[in-house]
Amino acid sequence: MAKKVKAWDRLTIARMIERPTTLDYIERIFTNFFELHGDRYFRDDKSIVGGIAALNNKPVTVIGIQKGKNLKENLERNFGCPNPDGYRKALRLMKQAEKFNRPILCFINTSGAYCGVEAEERGQGEAIARNLIEMARITVPIISIIIGEGGSGGALALACGDRVWMLENSVYSILSPEGFASILFKDPSKSQEVAEIMGITSYELLEKGVIEKIIKEPKGGAHKNIDLVAASIKDELINELKILESKTKDELLEERYNRFRKFS
Amino acid sequence: MQIFKKKQYGVINLPKEEEKDLPVVPEGTWVKCNKCGKILYKKSLEENLNVCTNCNHYFRLGSYERLSLICDKGTFKEFNKNMASKNPMNFPKYETKIKANQEKSGNVEAVVTGECEIGGNKAIIAVMDSNFLMGSMGTVVGEKITLAIEEATKRKLPIIIFTASGGARMQEGILSLMQMAKISSALAKHNEAGLLYITVLTDPTTGGVTASFAMLGDIILAEPKALIGFAGRRVIEGTIKEKLPADFQSAEFLLEHGFVDNIVERKDLKRVLSTLLKLHKSKEV
Repeated sequence: MAKKVKAWDRLTIARMIERPTTLDYIERIFTNFFELHGDRYFRDDKSIVGGIAALNNKPVTVIGIQKGKNLKENLERNFGCPNPDGYRKALRLMKQAEKFNRPILCFINTSGAYCGVEAEERGQGEAIARNLIEMARITVPIISIIIGEGGSGGALALACGDRVWMLENSVYSILSPEGFASILFKDPSKSQEVAEIMGITSYELLEKGVIEKIIKEPKGGAHKNIDLVAASIKDELINELKILESKTKDELLEERYNRFRKFS
Repeated sequence: MQIFKKKQYGVINLPKEEEKDLPVVPEGTWVKCNKCGKILYKKSLEENLNVCTNCNHYFRLGSYERLSLICDKGTFKEFNKNMASKNPMNFPKYETKIKANQEKSGNVEAVVTGECEIGGNKAIIAVMDSNFLMGSMGTVVGEKITLAIEEATKRKLPIIIFTASGGARMQEGILSLMQMAKISSALAKHNEAGLLYITVLTDPTTGGVTASFAMLGDIILAEPKALIGFAGRRVIEGTIKEKLPADFQSAEFLLEHGFVDNIVERKDLKRVLSTLLKLHKSKEV
């Protein structure tokens, strides 16, 4: 039944301005969240938030891509499109989490890494690449949840952990259907059509083994009942961390390696 | 005597008006430089390592052309030569496209991997080929590169990757994206083993390849003027609604901003790689 919903309709829900953001979930899932700013190289990229918090009284590091709820906020958050500085801040906080042996939880919601002059000048490609190689060897558990849009490399840079989950109506893809239609079919008006063949929905990605879990949403989308969705994310995180934290560091890294090695 | 009498008019075949100035040469003797437009004699171009003799423009090289410039003669042994792409996302007409590109490029896929010696130094090498679907990275490219890195780690050898790619292969969807993580994870292990990884960025190196293994070398080299970037020029121009300067995302631009270690001319590449490999051999060797 759930599978019958069109990919395009899910994408529309994932992009709604009412879609709950990273901070909405942080507020409901964790206690004592304390935000940590800056990449220590250039600046603080506000499209990524991060900090320390407690999950069920245990310390964790939380990192997430933050979209705005209105135009003003979106200008400040760069519409949730991180610059290299954002990815470098995320990596700094992950290294800090590793030092203090606390798990890392990432919330992902971006149409993609920002495509601009300064992003290129400061090495957008290098920043994403660095996260991929470093996350492969970080010795604490990493769980990533796609809560809205999972746009290509800009999402992958926070989704290289032990588990990747998706909210039911979120999407994860190599490129937006609009971009895909204009590159491969030279026709942007085919976006809706290609969305159905691109395999961007949580159900299709679960089937392909790209993600491990789908977190159900109320009818109409997560914004209809944020508390409910936040509560189920919280339960799932607590349970999964118990499993991941019971593994030795070697087991954890080897299983993480194989998680991506299998895509051949 | 009638039979010896000359005809009043002889018939000669004049070339048609538009053809008469063209010299008659065998096909493929001349090549036009797509930078300066000059017509070049193919043999001299090849002798100049496919660098335009007039304007110094670097022609893109196929994988095997590159290997013959870099590897010591007779030392290259290819890995997984016949590994070919399937159609994991059931993308319409993908098989036909792959077949056409195989015929066009003479390669089975967009990367060639293997082992070789460079100036007598053993190394694992991977060379991408922009003649094959713009060097895009799908599951086979990802798998061949990952296997090459794993082999290098197992045999404690350095790895050199020549990048040339438009990025992730759209027709294989999310699985192409996963290759970025897969290759980077394999590089993490190679790195942890204290082994040398050199990338040579050639024209063009963009998208998901830039955002993964291209930018992860211990040493990152680039060919002069190579286009290197994350986002495409048109995408950025569309975002900022401005025209970008001509040298934006060139190898020189990256050098200036601190993202490549050095720009090396094609004629010097083999010597530089050989020296770098030698300098990273352990003391006993």
